[in-house]
Amino acid sequence: MLSNYLKIAFKVFLRRKIFTLISLFAISATLVMLMVGVAISDHIFGPAYPETRADRTLMVSMLKASHSDANRNSMSPTSYGFLDRYVRNLPHVEKVAISSHSLMALIQPVISFHDGAQIKSALKRTDGVFWEILEAEFLEGQPYSIDDVEHGRYVAVINEATSQAFFGQSSALGETIEIAGQRFRVVGVVANVPAFRLASFADIWVPVTTVPDLKALNYTSIPGAYEAMILAESVADIPRIKEEFAYALTQVEFPNPERFNQVAGGADTLFESISRFMFSDDLSESHPQRLLAVMIALVVLFMVLPAISLVNINVSRIMERASEIGVRKSFGAASTTLIGQFVVENVLLSLMGGIIGIGFTEVVLYLLSNSYLIPYAEFHINYRVFVYGLLMAMFFGVFAGVYPAWKMSRLHPVEALRRK
Amino acid sequence: MIKLENIEKLYRTDTMETVALGNVNLEVEDGEFISIMGPSGSGKSTLLNIMGLLDVPSGGTVSLNGNPIESYRDRHLARVRNEQLGFIFQSFHLISDLSVVDNVEIPLLYRSGVSGSERRKMALEALDRVGLSSRVKHFPSQLSGGQQQRVAIARAIVGKPRILLADEPTGNLDSAMGDEIMGILHELHSEGTTIVMVTHDARMAEMTERIVRVFDGQLVAAQEVQYA
Repeated sequence: MLSNYLKIAFKVFLRRKIFTLISLFAISATLVMLMVGVAISDHIFGPAYPETRADRTLMVSMLKASHSDANRNSMSPTSYGFLDRYVRNLPHVEKVAISSHSLMALIQPVISFHDGAQIKSALKRTDGVFWEILEAEFLEGQPYSIDDVEHGRYVAVINEATSQAFFGQSSALGETIEIAGQRFRVVGVVANVPAFRLASFADIWVPVTTVPDLKALNYTSIPGAYEAMILAESVADIPRIKEEFAYALTQVEFPNPERFNQVAGGADTLFESISRFMFSDDLSESHPQRLLAVMIALVVLFMVLPAISLVNINVSRIMERASEIGVRKSFGAASTTLIGQFVVENVLLSLMGGIIGIGFTEVVLYLLSNSYLIPYAEFHINYRVFVYGLLMAMFFGVFAGVYPAWKMSRLHPVEALRRK
Repeated sequence: MIKLENIEKLYRTDTMETVALGNVNLEVEDGEFISIMGPSGSGKSTLLNIMGLLDVPSGGTVSLNGNPIESYRDRHLARVRNEQLGFIFQSFHLISDLSVVDNVEIPLLYRSGVSGSERRKMALEALDRVGLSSRVKHFPSQLSGGQQQRVAIARAIVGKPRILLADEPTGNLDSAMGDEIMGILHELHSEGTTIVMVTHDARMAEMTERIVRVFDGQLVAAQEVQYA
């Protein structure tokens, strides 16, 4: 029976080429947009180079400081000293790395000159633990060590693009680069880190102890320019670490209580962090479920509109086949059998649209990756995106096929036979 | 075999009600070959459709083999149509996207326990029966009217139904082709198939055993025919 359905489905697709093309375009274009969105989300939120342990990594990225009696607040990264005091020693934590904030690196690039050319780079100052949490791919050399950081050595890890910009095809190891008036010896070259990996992104990484004002590292003020990356011992420890950090925030000794005497925020995944900014004015709570619900609602809304259009196209298409339905009913097809037939047709059409959509998505992602709009981004359809794509295609097929099929299957055979 | 009691069929719109059939009583015996005659719009096709369970009456009872079918649900009705009834339509109603043999296989698609190879074998036998063995891979548009009607007959008989319902099977054919189709129907009747045929062609009707005449939705006469 299935081969009969498929045979007739292909015949109908070929006979009604315009309809087929419109349907395939609607399905594939919608899927391309959704799958590009999913691929970008996956690139931002999923575990990816070099943050491959994202499932047990938390960030303390932004905190909100305020005063209980004054209408005064500050939402910003915090100081190195604050993080060193209140995050570094949290229980159940395997490692904590503190580094200058990646957004700062993006917003305020440092400028170097090489052979008369200006090179702009994102600079990140980190402690030595930073490289122990990340799984960076070293193309040359190695990371600087905790010892290098403690002794304030002027060493740097640079990415492949920076190595290329400064040294072309030659090895960068042992070479010196000048950044913002400081000279650093290159000890390692890593594969480019995408700009969307907000915890780790930079072009150049140097020890935090090379900061010009070394004393500033001891300040514990809340507005600052640093963030902490926490690697939990296990995924199960994540909730406990969050609680411990929430408790730590209640024990903060404010260096200048006249200015700020309250602080709110949390140890979050990136997704939680975004939900905290979106749904909590005082940053006291994260609402990842709400953010997820908003995203799902947007996706559903985005898919429902073209699906409704497809339903309408399908209704008129199926009505044109009333005579066939009448014949099939006359010879023993039950209504449910006919619904099955039309759903199979729609699922087939949707899967074809899905396959085309996946092909176009790959092209769009390739173009996006190579457009340099997002530095070093490498978007791919991975297995998760592929499964989402197929599920979306199936959703289209079933949603757009069931209603018209059900409507048609309710016709009496004689009524169906009468229609031309 | 088929019994209609006090059958009514009304068509209603917002402003008017049309009586297509009123108080029709008719019984078709097992193995009969009857024709239903009447002018256009008299209700003969409606009557045939109700007998074939393709349409539902507004009132009255349809019984098949002594069982009233009102209580049958969609799936049960579909099974009865599939196993006991075969239809031949005036305009053939072949599916243009399917080949001749695929069209003939349709009733068997909905019959459980028939494998693909059995289906194909039975369809080829039915086509052989109507003399179309050489056209199995053709599409309906590649056949003449008479050939299309023979395909429709093959489709109607492939599942070996006990009752064949034919709605003006020769209506779109010339007289030679019509005679050929009637010949096939007679052969099927001689093998025990019950046939009910709607026609407005008196010559064709006289080739059946009994003529039922319908006028303005009423049965006006039934006439036994001696067909030699």
